[in-house]
Amino acid sequence: MKKLLLVLMILIVSACSQKSDTVIIQNKGSDTLVNLAQAWAEEYKNINTKVALAVSGGGSGTGIAALINGTVDIANSSRAIKPEERDEAKKNTGNDVKEFIVGMDALAVFIHPSNPITGLSLEEVACIYGEGGKCTHWSDIRGTVVPGCKDNKIIRVSRQSNSGTYQYFREAILGKKKDLKLGSMDLNGSRESIDLVEKTPCAIGYSGMGYLNPRVRAVCIQKTSNSDCIEPTVKTAMDKSYPISRELYMYTSGNPSEMVQAYLDWTQSDRAHEITVKAGYVPAPKR
Amino acid sequence: MEIKVTEPAPLAMEWRQKKKEKPIAEKIVEGIIKTGGVSCIVLIAAILFFILKESYPFLVGAFNFKEFFFSEEWYPASVVKIRYGILALLAGTVLVTIISMLIAVPLGLACAFYISEFCSPKVREIYKILIEFLAAIPSVVWGFIAIMMINPTIINLFDVPIGLNILNASIILALMSLPLIISVGEDALRAVPETYREAAEAMGATKWEVATRVLLPAAKNGLMAAALLGVGRVLGETMAVLMATGHSIQIPNSIFEPGRTLTATIAAELGESPKGGEHYQALFAIGLVLFCLSFIVNLTADFLIRGRRQ
Repeated sequence: MKKLLLVLMILIVSACSQKSDTVIIQNKGSDTLVNLAQAWAEEYKNINTKVALAVSGGGSGTGIAALINGTVDIANSSRAIKPEERDEAKKNTGNDVKEFIVGMDALAVFIHPSNPITGLSLEEVACIYGEGGKCTHWSDIRGTVVPGCKDNKIIRVSRQSNSGTYQYFREAILGKKKDLKLGSMDLNGSRESIDLVEKTPCAIGYSGMGYLNPRVRAVCIQKTSNSDCIEPTVKTAMDKSYPISRELYMYTSGNPSEMVQAYLDWTQSDRAHEITVKAGYVPAPKR
Repeated sequence: MEIKVTEPAPLAMEWRQKKKEKPIAEKIVEGIIKTGGVSCIVLIAAILFFILKESYPFLVGAFNFKEFFFSEEWYPASVVKIRYGILALLAGTVLVTIISMLIAVPLGLACAFYISEFCSPKVREIYKILIEFLAAIPSVVWGFIAIMMINPTIINLFDVPIGLNILNASIILALMSLPLIISVGEDALRAVPETYREAAEAMGATKWEVATRVLLPAAKNGLMAAALLGVGRVLGETMAVLMATGHSIQIPNSIFEPGRTLTATIAAELGESPKGGEHYQALFAIGLVLFCLSFIVNLTADFLIRGRRQ
């Protein structure tokens, strides 16, 4: 994945160097958003040939740090900017940070297709993943028996602890004051998580909705044990009824330049929304 | 012991004079070779310096010897209390290395013996190409094989809940280090003078006896080097172990439980930890531990080989 991005970056950089009159917009940050930003940049090349976007990942923190130092035009982030980061940016660059919600991402919780569970409440997910949670076997979840799963043991598939996806998942199910249990399989990509759950009857995992495939089954999520069980879909993420969905942001330092503003406006066009859905994300609700 | 040369032979005299005629060219060559040798040492020193420099603020700050080496709680991004304990990671690295070597060394050396001594030249060429092909497979692909093929096989075969575990990683790493062990081992066997084999065969030894009684002792050092190079390969591998071990922070109780290695932790977390932050420095401290580990392995190898020679 990272190699692919590198190749894409090199391609874009080399494409840029060919035409000297193009304006390059530096766009950096969230790894969650990078695929989408990349897809947008590709399409935008055809729409405005005078502008080229140099998209790179590195994580939300990296993007915001670059914004504070004034080395990027647009910072991508899968979390909202913190007040202290806002202050620091103001101090460093003299500009207020402008926020743009460019899309949404819903985290799907998924299991092996042979697992009979169809829905989980947030409380149950927390019991499985959270530190101190007592759910170690599938039988702890309403006495479920998973065929093909030795000992009925729950195999937790997670992500490395500093990925944006991990941190958002932790916050969504446990709030800001608790950690996830150790001993989960901390894979380094959403694709790997899905591949593993696909081959392991005992497993449960989570990832951005866009990564789902038919060989694993996403469960519906109940906010509390007596509320409706909501499937992760574009519609439920957009109206925010699905409990584990988040906004994806782009930040600029001060009011964006005309070129940047034009690009940000374009990301909310119908064509850009098509790309958003195709990349597995959810378009931002219309303002 | 000193050899006294009273009068050089005429040819040597001539050669010496010729040598004196071109001192500059020789000096240049000498300089190049010297730079090559010294740069090796400088590079290693620079690497050590760089790792020390990056991990220094952590080592004098948040570092707690007892927690670092004796706690299995690696919580670098905790919202409650950040903890840096590498015991589980250390256990994973050591366990995976030992078990993969238990698989790879006998297999690799047996293969080296077969290729070097028992098979026909034509078969040997085919095998060598195949083994080189094995070495060319990228480690991400090995990781993918671990998840998609070995994982379900282990689940079905041993009836365990998860197939990404120490055993899986050891198998993958054994396969990855085999080409190295085989080719270095084979070189060591080829280096044994042909006269040894001929002498043994002349005395009526069978091929098996030649291999075990003559070649094995004669090529011992080289074979040991092959095995230790394999250890080095396994210790340093990242991507494939990241995927095959399950990358789970716990001290494995059996080979069927997932674990996590030092290298994989660095690989997975360095990319997203902000440069210069505490987590970043802690990862470099892990790098320092790895550096020491491989240093110890190499040093032991050196002593072992030297001990055998004396």
